[in-house]
Amino acid sequence: MARKTVEIPVGRNPEMGVDGRPVASPLQPFDIPEPEFGTERMLINIGPQHPATHGVLRLVCELDGETVTSVIPDIGYLHSSFEKLGEYRTWNQIVTLTDRMDYLAPLIYNCAYVMSVEKLMGIEVTERCKVVRVILMEMDRIFGHLLWLGTTAIDVGAFTPFLYAFQERENIYQLHEKLTGARITTSATRVGGMMADLPEGWTEQLRTFLRKFPDTLAEIDRLLTRNQIHIGRTQGVGAISAEDAINYGFTGPNLRATGVDYDVRKDRPYYDYETYDFEIPIGRHGDCYDRYLCRMEEMRQSVRILHQALDRLPGGPINVDDPSISLPSKTDAMSDMESMIHHFKLITEGIPAPEGDCYYAVEGSKGELGMYVVAEEGGTKPVRWRIRPPSFVNLSVIPKLAEGHMVADLIMINASLDIVLGEIDR
Amino acid sequence: MTEETMSAFDGIDEGPLPSDAARASAPRFPASQSADPTIVALGERFGERILGQRVSAGDQHVVWIDSGAILEVMTWLKEDARQAFDMMSDVTGIDYGQGRPVEVVYQMYSTRHKHALRVRCPLDTDPLEIDSVAVLWRSANWLEREVYDMFGVAFRGHPDLRRILMPIDYAEGHPLRKDFPLRGRFSRAEQTRRALNQDVDRFYSEEILAQGREAQEAARPEIGTRGANEGEV
Repeated sequence: MARKTVEIPVGRNPEMGVDGRPVASPLQPFDIPEPEFGTERMLINIGPQHPATHGVLRLVCELDGETVTSVIPDIGYLHSSFEKLGEYRTWNQIVTLTDRMDYLAPLIYNCAYVMSVEKLMGIEVTERCKVVRVILMEMDRIFGHLLWLGTTAIDVGAFTPFLYAFQERENIYQLHEKLTGARITTSATRVGGMMADLPEGWTEQLRTFLRKFPDTLAEIDRLLTRNQIHIGRTQGVGAISAEDAINYGFTGPNLRATGVDYDVRKDRPYYDYETYDFEIPIGRHGDCYDRYLCRMEEMRQSVRILHQALDRLPGGPINVDDPSISLPSKTDAMSDMESMIHHFKLITEGIPAPEGDCYYAVEGSKGELGMYVVAEEGGTKPVRWRIRPPSFVNLSVIPKLAEGHMVADLIMINASLDIVLGEIDR
Repeated sequence: MTEETMSAFDGIDEGPLPSDAARASAPRFPASQSADPTIVALGERFGERILGQRVSAGDQHVVWIDSGAILEVMTWLKEDARQAFDMMSDVTGIDYGQGRPVEVVYQMYSTRHKHALRVRCPLDTDPLEIDSVAVLWRSANWLEREVYDMFGVAFRGHPDLRRILMPIDYAEGHPLRKDFPLRGRFSRAEQTRRALNQDVDRFYSEEILAQGREAQEAARPEIGTRGANEGEV
């Protein structure tokens, strides 16, 4: 199993530069004695409507001067009870709910949901479908990480990476649009296959993107990785030990930044991930800077996986050949009576599931994304549909990470966790 | 309108019917033997407090345990060197309705041994409560709060058992229970009236802060090496 530690030779001593020479950092602390003032603690709210909270999140902070003494996240502003809605819908109707949770990487959610349902029903999807889903999930990992990269850079005052990142995201938006007709609410998967096969020219468009994207990433890398201001804002900020990170439920790049090499793609491989040649970047210090490095490297590794997946993309059908799961073709349904009845019955009745429960975890862009479905014998709707939300658990660690830091660091820590409130509140 | 012709959304003012299929009286706790070493060890150690076991969806090991023994079993699963479930991935609930007990479900994973386990715990209806595992895994803190919010399960010994997704003064009950109507218990007029009469100042008060602060102080973990990495700049 190939593991990779991100080693960037950047001096961790703020007085020394990359090459070991002393640098005049604008962030050097001045040694001024603290003046004696009578102060009292102050209560401030960051959010719910504030761009730095990356969504409708409210952070109740208690400040001692500029130091955060306690921070309490308040969530639930976007709560729409998707899990309850799911109990009223057939298995395929739920797909449209999944991409509304993480609108930053919707295809990962689409895929994760149907994968859990297929596992519950014992459906083995076609080889082509597996590779297509791997392509879509890795593409959206880049998609999600790019948004994180751009907005986090803005939070520490770097505007240019935001523009570069969103330029590249636009290319993925166009790929989404070409495949599904939608830019964000993709709803691309169905139980037993996909909504549609890849359109003509889609793989070439993705290859074009993959050719240009590493250059953009290298440019952003040059702007941020050894940037003295960026380093000063991120190194040593919001650090957590590996043991604590596991106990607090960190997953994804946030956990790997602490040095734990837990990645669902390697540890509980699905869709033949064990046959792809890629590495898992891990950090060492568990601070905001290592999280940044891990995500940057993950994007490069996703490019590698995408190249391999495109090379091995097999032909053949994309949906399983089982009339009790897959719909007939639209042409058949509109011209042939039997197919029309088949279509009608499948749409109105849904797909029956066996009694049981199934928890299926995939590596989402934010961390371990689990889908837990519970069905009764012959049930065409779930008794319980549960999303194990990675951002929700990651956000719950913020009091531990931020207390004792400055308010400005709290913004950086919050940004570095890569949360998406649609999925936290569900 | 007969039962058969009702669409899913005709039932929104009632509790949901999760499935249109005839309800088979499934055995409550399947007793099929599992070869998973963890479950075998659990059976040897805890005997009749293990209520049932099953292999679900092909390769997922599920074990039902008595809710009274939850803390004891969980502590053993975490501390025992051969189990070492150091990651609590998920805590959630299931309400089947029809008088079946509400269950709390734990998804666990061991990063050391790379194995996973699902523990399910049926609860008595009155009182609907269970011991909190937030003392063992900090990740269970918010997850248990969500189960409390959505199912009304009270977690004994939880450091900060408040509603998390719904408003703190939400009076309609616990939304994911099967007897909870999709549109809520109150009429639209009543819901609007309550929303307009909300005292916004309550949500921005010193009181909330104090509440949360006490909870966080109580929740300070004894595990781990806080500060091991933090001194380093």
